[in-house]
Formats: sequence, structure tokens, C-alpha cells
Amino acid sequence: MGSAHVDLSKRHSEKPSFSADKLAEVKALMESYPEGKHKSALIRILHIAEDEFGGWLSIETMDYVAEIMNIQPIEVYEVATFYTMFNLEPTGKYVFEVCRTGPCMLVGSDNIIEYIGEKLNIKVGETSADGMFTLKTAECLGACGYAPMLQCGKKFHEHLTKERVDEIIASYREGKVPN
Amino acid sequence: MGRRILLENDHIPGIETFDVYRKHGGYRSVEKALKKMSPQEVVEEVQKSGLRGRGGAGFPTGMKWSFLAKPEGVPRYLLCNADESEPGTFKDRYLMEKNPHLLIEGMIVSSYALGANQSYIYIRGEYMWILEILEKAIAEAKAAGFLGKNILGSGYDLELGVAPGGGAYICGEETALIESLEGKRGNPRMKPPFPAVKGLWGCPTVVNNVESIAAVVPIVNDGGEEYAKIGIGKSTGTKLISASGNLVRPGVYEIEMGITVEEFIYGDDYCRGIAYNKKMKACVPGGSSVPILPAHLVTKTAAGEDRLMSYESLADGGFASGSMLGSGGFIVFDEDQCIVRNTWNFARFYAHESCGQCSPCREGTGWMEKVLYRLEHGTGNLHDIDLLAEINKKIEGNTICPLGDAAAWPVAAAIRHFREEFEWHVTNRDEAQRKNYGLLKESVA
Repeated sequence: MGSAHVDLSKRHSEKPSFSADKLAEVKALMESYPEGKHKSALIRILHIAEDEFGGWLSIETMDYVAEIMNIQPIEVYEVATFYTMFNLEPTGKYVFEVCRTGPCMLVGSDNIIEYIGEKLNIKVGETSADGMFTLKTAECLGACGYAPMLQCGKKFHEHLTKERVDEIIASYREGKVPN
Repeated sequence: MGRRILLENDHIPGIETFDVYRKHGGYRSVEKALKKMSPQEVVEEVQKSGLRGRGGAGFPTGMKWSFLAKPEGVPRYLLCNADESEPGTFKDRYLMEKNPHLLIEGMIVSSYALGANQSYIYIRGEYMWILEILEKAIAEAKAAGFLGKNILGSGYDLELGVAPGGGAYICGEETALIESLEGKRGNPRMKPPFPAVKGLWGCPTVVNNVESIAAVVPIVNDGGEEYAKIGIGKSTGTKLISASGNLVRPGVYEIEMGITVEEFIYGDDYCRGIAYNKKMKACVPGGSSVPILPAHLVTKTAAGEDRLMSYESLADGGFASGSMLGSGGFIVFDEDQCIVRNTWNFARFYAHESCGQCSPCREGTGWMEKVLYRLEHGTGNLHDIDLLAEINKKIEGNTICPLGDAAAWPVAAAIRHFREEFEWHVTNRDEAQRKNYGLLKESVA
């Protein structure tokens, strides 16, 4: 699975804290499970925490989640390091996860990955100099019939061509989510 | 167009809303089951239908339900497996996105049959926007009295929750799914005990695929016997097929089980043939875990009979000359595709997705990936091909869950059917880096 280690040099300078609304949402999620089983909400809460605190999970964020959920920090670390969707390091503003698995490869995902890398002048795993984009690869995202594709946030961008990639990048640069 | 049951209404505008869904006959099965049938009668209809699990294993759903332990005073759970992650598979996504109420209706009727008062849909984290669609639909169903306390005055209570994963193929394995739903790493559990006895939070649990649960709706509406009339032999009903790869028209299709593979690939109602007028080289008919078939064994069996889209026909010939229907992830390769490259690609997938719990899988998938990498990239030797077979044998059957087998089988099948292409990558290193084996053969011929 994903990286097993947490880079302790990367930290949040302040202790994260949910807004009152988010905290209420998180508590409601915990309470939606039977008594004593609120740990079931952990993965979902980590997704929320990632969205709220800069798109990645720092040690501070994970400790904060453990505190809110009244579980041990290690219970949060072991989950956060297992699931590949969680970023354990800071990323660019937008993270492109390009699917590279078989069905996407058959219709040219390798070319798309290469093209994005050239266009943004980065390698897979790196962030563009302006801090806007991080390029990653992902294993099958369930869009095989609409390949090649990439995911950015919750959004799937499918039927990718070089021209389409240009449009998507231009749109995000303007701060707009492409259709 | 063939028979459509699950996707019958997916073209209707607004079908994702409760009102439109209801207007087109939605939630009839809940009324029928809760008012006129006992839970046991619902189970019996599902048994009569011959419905087999649509996630990949093909185990009879009614039989799985009948194994559920029912100790006094212990809650039982129904979990819907929406962790669709098998490469080549995207049918559940389509169904949930287009017609979320069909899944919710199926969850209510199935939960009633199993005596579950709390059920969950576990959905892969990457489908977060579908989680939102489902939660909206659940809220609508609850407002209309189809969820919550005393549904339709029947005295039956049901709450339905949705939980996301975090990106882990392994969580499609039912015990890993349960671990994940408990807020833990997705490490599969030793069986026995099976989830039917000890599942979620140690309680009896049934885990069913999205499509299986959706199929319960027409089974209850029309009766199990009617459902069993659709399809062929023990492959009853319809099946959603996710078609991808080098096809003119990839996408999700509902097929009546028993149509020919030929019709599915080339028929006007389905995929309309291979893209750019190329020829088919191979096909993986049931998701990345099932054996690859060379073109001559895709549309015909080794005995020369028409290959059908059914559990039995796709498996005809065993692993020597057959494959599996699996999840219905139907991946087609044109003549320009490199089998070694694809085998390496899938091996990399399994190495990436192994949970790391069992050494044969953790180490074996990594080895296979490395060996296939060097074969594909021109630094392999002939012994590597046999080495792959050896690693295969050491993984197969030696792991807690089937991921190890799922990683081993496709490699074994690729070597079985395309050995000369693997050898060519070693004996013609430079050419192998420049062009494709299939193309070379064409030009020689």
C-alpha cells in the first residue's frame, strides 16, 4: 500500500481546529454509529480533515482527529498510511491523479501522463513551481470505459486528449472547475 | 436491444429523484415485501431466482443469505459492497449514479429479508460524489417513510448509512471491507469464522455487491421463477457488463445472460467491434483477475462452439482454454497491444494493492512486477518466464484472501497463451523496445 512512513519534517505550524459547523458534522457522523462503534467514522472524518486543513494530513491533523474521536493517535496513523487517497505531505492546490491501470493504458494513459508532466514541467509525484498542480498516478479509478481519465478532487475528467488536458489546466489556473 | 431490467429506466430524466423514481413504479417491492411477505418468503424468492453474486465470485445470493446466523438478541447487518475497484469494472458506479433509488430499494427489501435494522453501503472513496447522490436519495426515501421507524406501518425499522473507503482495492474483499468499515486498515480476516457468523462488530453479516442487491428488486416484484426464466442454465437474469479497451463503443451494457460473445463485441446494440477497424488480439472478459484469452478463444470455445456471455460458457475449458465472467469487466485488446506490457501493468496493480499481511502475496506480487518489468523493458532472460510460473505457484492458495490468486492467475494465463511473445521480448530485445509483437507478425505474414 501507500508509503508506510510519515515525514516528520513536514508539519502544520498551528494546531488544526474545525469550525463549529464542521465539528458538528463530524460529531454527527460519529453518533450515526452504534454506541462505542464511532471509530467507524474515522475514514470519512479523515477525508473531511484533509479538505479542511490544506489538502493533506499532518501529524497535527491526525492527532487532532484522534483527540476528537477519543482514540489513540496510532489508530489514526495506521489508517492514514494504509489508504492511498490520503496525502501525507503537502500538495499543490490541485492534485491530478491520472489512472494508469490496464484499460486506461490500452487507450493512451501513458501519453497523457507524459504530456501533463511536460506541460507542467514536473515528474510524477512532483508539484509545479507555482504550487498549483501536483501530478500523481493512480490505480484503476473505475472509469475504464471513458478512458483515459484523471481525478482532481471529487471530479473525474474523462475521455482525455492533449487538447482536453490543455483546457482543464487552463480552467483550473483561472480558479474554475472544468466541466 | 436486449432485455433491460436494472437499467430499464436509466434514460428517464430525473429518475435519480424519489418522485420520478416512484412514479415509474419504484419502491413497489418494498410495499409488496413488507405488507404481503415474510422475510423468509423474500429469501425463498431470491433462492428460486438463481441470482449469483455480481461482484465477481458468482456465489448464489440466496444461499449466502441462508447461511446468516440468527442468534437471539444479536443485531444482524447487511453491507453493500460498492468498493468497485477491479480493473475494467465500472458498472456499479453507473447504476448508483443514474438510478440510486434502485439500490436503496434493494437494500430495504434485502435488509428486511435478513432481519437487519441497520445497513450500510461501503463505497470506494474515489466515488465521493456518488456518496453524496446516495445520501440525498436516502434522505428522500426516509422523508417518504421508506426508511426509519415502522416503515409503511409494518413495524419494521431500518436505518441506512453510507461510508467511504480511502483508496484500497483490497477493501472489496468482504472481510477487509468489514475491517475498513470498523475504521481500521483493510487487512482481510482469517475465515472461518465467516461474516455470516462473525462480521461487522462481531455480529452476523451479509456482504453483497451493488448489482446483486439491485437485482433483488425485480426478483421480489415479478417473483424468483420469472427472473430465473431470463438467461441461460445456471446463469439466470441479466448482467451489467463494463466494456473497455479498444472498442468502438465502450461503456456499461445490460445483457441477458446467454447472448454470444461475438454479438456483444461486434453487435450494433453493444460494442460495435474493435476501434479503428483493427483486429482483436485478446480479451479479459471478467475484470483484471481472470485469465486472458487469445482472440481465437474469445468468441469460440476450444471445442469450436459459440462462446456465450454466461458464467459457464466463459469458464468452458477451465484455465487451459477458458476464463471467467467475474465482475463483468470486459477488456478488449486490439492487435497493436503488447501482452507483456499489459501483464506487467496488472502485476504492478496487484503489487500496489497487496495489503502486505501475507508474505507470499506481499513479496510475490512485488517479485512478479519486477520480473515482468525487466521482460517488458528488454533486460529479462528466458529463465524469467519460468521464474514467474514458480512465483505463481508459491502465491496461489497460500494467502488469507484471494488477492494472491487474483494476482497470480492473469500472469499464468498470459504466459500460457502468449509464451512466444514473452520469449520474443528476450530474443529480440531491441525490436521489442521499438515495436509490437503483433505488428511484427502481421508484417512478416
